[in-house]
Amino acid sequence: MTVFLPRDLDEALDLRAEHPDAKPIAGGTDLGVHWRQQTIAGSGAWLDLTGVPELRASAWTDDELVLGAGATYWDVIRDREIAEQFPLLARAARQVGAVQIQARGTWAGNVVNASPAADGVPVLMAYDAVLELRSRNGSFLVPLSDFYLGYKRMRLDPDQLLTGIRIPRRTYEFEWFEKVGSRSAQAITKVGVAVTRRAAEWRVVANSVAPTVCRCRALESLLVDGLPVSRPSDLAPALASDVSPIDDIRSTAKYRAEVLARLLYWALRDECPSFT
Amino acid sequence: MSGDAVIEIRLTLNGESVVAQVDQGDRLLDFLRYGRGLTGTKEGCGEGECGACTVLLDGLPVNSCLLPAWQANHRVVETVETVPEDELSALLESGATQCGACTPGVVMTGWWVRRNRELADTHALRELMAGNLCRCTGYDGIIEGLEAWLASAASGRPGSEEGA
Repeated sequence: MTVFLPRDLDEALDLRAEHPDAKPIAGGTDLGVHWRQQTIAGSGAWLDLTGVPELRASAWTDDELVLGAGATYWDVIRDREIAEQFPLLARAARQVGAVQIQARGTWAGNVVNASPAADGVPVLMAYDAVLELRSRNGSFLVPLSDFYLGYKRMRLDPDQLLTGIRIPRRTYEFEWFEKVGSRSAQAITKVGVAVTRRAAEWRVVANSVAPTVCRCRALESLLVDGLPVSRPSDLAPALASDVSPIDDIRSTAKYRAEVLARLLYWALRDECPSFT
Repeated sequence: MSGDAVIEIRLTLNGESVVAQVDQGDRLLDFLRYGRGLTGTKEGCGEGECGACTVLLDGLPVNSCLLPAWQANHRVVETVETVPEDELSALLESGATQCGACTPGVVMTGWWVRRNRELADTHALRELMAGNLCRCTGYDGIIEGLEAWLASAASGRPGSEEGA
């Protein structure tokens, strides 16, 4: 068991390259649950990112919000400008755990933890977020919607760190997010979905219904094409090609598929002329 | 730093500068209770669900059971021992405590709300307290007690000298 405590980004990237088995840790809201048992068992190594100042700050550019990898849910909840420009970020953040988790959990950690139930990821993907991946060899940009390859698999090299999340500044005509859990706080999602529309461009992103958080591209096409929809089940064929929910400890495949269709139908009914 | 079983950390703990040696596997909770004898902070679930172990880290409530002690390096940590006793009278009078297991965590989140009154502009008290579970299910008493505490602080009773 080894703990690395880099004091700046260069040191963190050196350590990342030299010790690819050391797990990067920031807020520890997920890793922390098992961290101690692994530590006592003598397995694993940790690369602590909380002492790296370059990762803490978020910044606005002319056309982007750049969330530092250390940005927490609470940072976003308390930032009026972010809440105004990207209301779904604050809405999703307030449904993660409760304040003790919001104060520690980071958006970047949520992305690379790669849980299918990640609550921060659908809204980031619905805003077309782009990930900044850095190693000693340079910086690479990957759209979040291309980042996941399968369950807990992603386009992240062993020497790379996720250092920032870039969110394009755009005006959306429709922005919506809903999370369904067993209770309104401290609950892992049974099914969740974020939707944005900008002119004729739709983004529909669901979590907890596939091996990864995923864009529902067939449903997006259905919305673009303006196919008539008069009840939730009319969305089922498109959703069936987009998602593959399973039965697990929190819910069932049937419940998830049905609720996802109903959430979308009732959210979009007043927004889409093709919905009646 | 690498490979050492013991890590030196420096932090501000309850207003005091502290330099301490912690084991790599120590949680902040372990450091507080066993390293410093601050046993007011309780372990509940041990996995970040219940909030019994809530302390303030740089002024925000966190679960000390999830935090490696080495992440407290260069931070400011406050525990329930720093809350003045006369601050707690409203909670006692309202019967906000039953078995008491969740109470230190409830007090710490309440203390944070009490010192950051602007939170009430954006958050309901129950949302702010959602990370503190009470398995006696005494939530109404807890919320009433906290409301009385906040009201007494606002009207100049104990603690208000600190300002809102």
